[in-house]
Amino acid sequence: MTGEPTESTAAGTEEVAEDAASGNGRPRAEEPDFLGMSREESVELLRLMVLSRRFEEKTAEVYQMGKIGGFCHLYIGQEAVAVGAISALRSDDYVITAYRDHAQALVRGMSPDSVMAELYGRVDGCSKGLGGSMHLFDESRNFMGGHGIVGGHLPLATGIGYAIRYRDGDQVCLCFFGDSVVNIGSFHESLNMAARWRLPVIFLLENNSYGMGTDIKRVAAVEQLVDRGRAFEGLTSLAVDGMDVRAVRAATGEAVARARSEKTPSFIEARCYRYMGHSMADPSHGTYRTREELEKWRSDDPILSFRRLLIDSGRLDEEEYEDMDRTAIEQAEAAAEFAEQSPFPDPSTMYDTIYSDAYPHGIGRRDAWRKELS
Amino acid sequence: MAVRTYREALNEAMREEMDRDESVFIIGEEVGQYNGAYKVTKGLLDEYGEWRVRDAPIAELGFAGLGVGAAMAGLRPIVEFMTWNFALLAIDQVVNSAAKMYQMSGGQYHVPIVFRGPGGAALQLAAQHSQCPDPWYSYVPGLKVVAPATAKDAKGLLKSAIRDDDPVVFIESELMYNSVKDEVPDEEYVISLGEAEVKREGGDVTIVAHSKMVHQSLEAARKLSTDGIEAEIVDLRTIRPLDVPTIIESVKKTNRVVVVEEGWPMCNVGAQVVDDIQREAFDWLDAPIARVSGLDVPMPYARNLEKLVFPNADHVVAAARHVCYAD
Repeated sequence: MTGEPTESTAAGTEEVAEDAASGNGRPRAEEPDFLGMSREESVELLRLMVLSRRFEEKTAEVYQMGKIGGFCHLYIGQEAVAVGAISALRSDDYVITAYRDHAQALVRGMSPDSVMAELYGRVDGCSKGLGGSMHLFDESRNFMGGHGIVGGHLPLATGIGYAIRYRDGDQVCLCFFGDSVVNIGSFHESLNMAARWRLPVIFLLENNSYGMGTDIKRVAAVEQLVDRGRAFEGLTSLAVDGMDVRAVRAATGEAVARARSEKTPSFIEARCYRYMGHSMADPSHGTYRTREELEKWRSDDPILSFRRLLIDSGRLDEEEYEDMDRTAIEQAEAAAEFAEQSPFPDPSTMYDTIYSDAYPHGIGRRDAWRKELS
Repeated sequence: MAVRTYREALNEAMREEMDRDESVFIIGEEVGQYNGAYKVTKGLLDEYGEWRVRDAPIAELGFAGLGVGAAMAGLRPIVEFMTWNFALLAIDQVVNSAAKMYQMSGGQYHVPIVFRGPGGAALQLAAQHSQCPDPWYSYVPGLKVVAPATAKDAKGLLKSAIRDDDPVVFIESELMYNSVKDEVPDEEYVISLGEAEVKREGGDVTIVAHSKMVHQSLEAARKLSTDGIEAEIVDLRTIRPLDVPTIIESVKKTNRVVVVEEGWPMCNVGAQVVDDIQREAFDWLDAPIARVSGLDVPMPYARNLEKLVFPNADHVVAAARHVCYAD
């Protein structure tokens, strides 16, 4: 084993200190900078956040129109985490996430059309309409899914890390999950194996304070969730401001570098907030959090603050931003239109992707009485 | 042909497949340095090194899921559960991750993985260490479930399972590892998943069984034969996909059926076999089908009670005589 648990010293990741202004318990960067990004690179981060926001707003709209079924978990408010983290990856790295997965898919480069068509359950969806909102996949981008069981995909991320090391590769696996995961056994089992065998996995906790409607503080016997990672030697644990895209990008970038060179895993707690309810079926506030709390976080919106930073530094002007925003709205509109036009999966394909090979004696033998399938 | 124990046959299968394909690796508790809790992986760590024979922490959910992730990323893991009793901690990964990934990814991610280990009771291991997992996994579309009864089948089926692109649940037996030995071909061979085998031919009654119960059924057939009843033994070998055509063919020949298994009677493999027979060969039956199974209780520790729970050859004989109206 090498590498004591350490804390990053990058901008925005220095300490786990209460921010006096917001009272949100987020570590804050002293001096804003752009981490050596070119103007174009920094503007691209904003574009991805805006695209994600506008896509999710459109998703909420069409969900309420009954176009999308089932559970639908929106990412609005957390955009800085997906964009900051995924922007620090190479195209051959792996991404795996939980069920709040629309933004990660878009930021990874999957088309809004293919994501929206999946939400509609149509054949042009990224999972052919078979997965839905919680199960977005794209093998061509090593996007290993949206997974629906809390904590269930952390062992998978660990296995992807195992496969990378098995082949002596220098890729990494970036694994997103929510705050409620820190109480689940698979979290401890995964971090333990990743640390012990030095697997290049970045465990990225998106702490939006609530597991569905339960404040994490009511159910976790630890003050700072990041401290859960300190139990594992060889794993670097740190907390960052998840409302600041630069802080997330910096921390992830350093974790990626460690994973590539030293093969050591990291545990990053990104402190953020979701503006919407846990899923479209839930209220945004009321029973478990107050409107005041929600408004306080919204006043520090990751998109508005990064946009302000870019404009103040002369990297972007208002007109460019308006163009960017309009384009994102149009992309979301076009995606909904595309999804609407895409066919439903053909019932004759029902059994095509249950088994990889020909199923002897006929798969669906016991369903044969259902004449509508034949 | 050389005689091999069930254990040796499994070991040979893994060794041959690891030689054949560098993406095959084993992970599980005690599989490496300790040479396997039941010595099925004996010698493999020395031969293949720790990245291919990985001693896992006691964290079944974690290392089963690690296997699934590694399979999605292109490897072919063999996940050994020390016994299937402990795999209950990992059933979320077997069912929710491994079995469903190919479908819910729209056909993008295969999960070529084998989950293997011993199932069923051994001797006086009491309630938590004596149970048959077969029906739990057979219920799940996306999984294949294999439970061989002989060394030859164990080797040929495990090699197929390792090469298969889908998740395979491979159920062995503590009691068979050493006691079952038979002739295994010297040359390379595989046995296709999903094919039952008639282990004994007979015209009077069909006995359907798998795993350990094949041996009880063969013993019963010998006893029945002395009374002039010739039983045909259908060894399922694979439970999912179930080889219904082979069962039906035998039923049409004998018109009488006994279904035997070690596990509990409610919602078990035999219940499914009976349903398939009544669906596809109802008019060929000359008697109601009899089912022999373990008793409907958690396994008691006391030796005398445990013995009562186990189905044995005499139970099979009685059931066969009953469906033949021989009493």
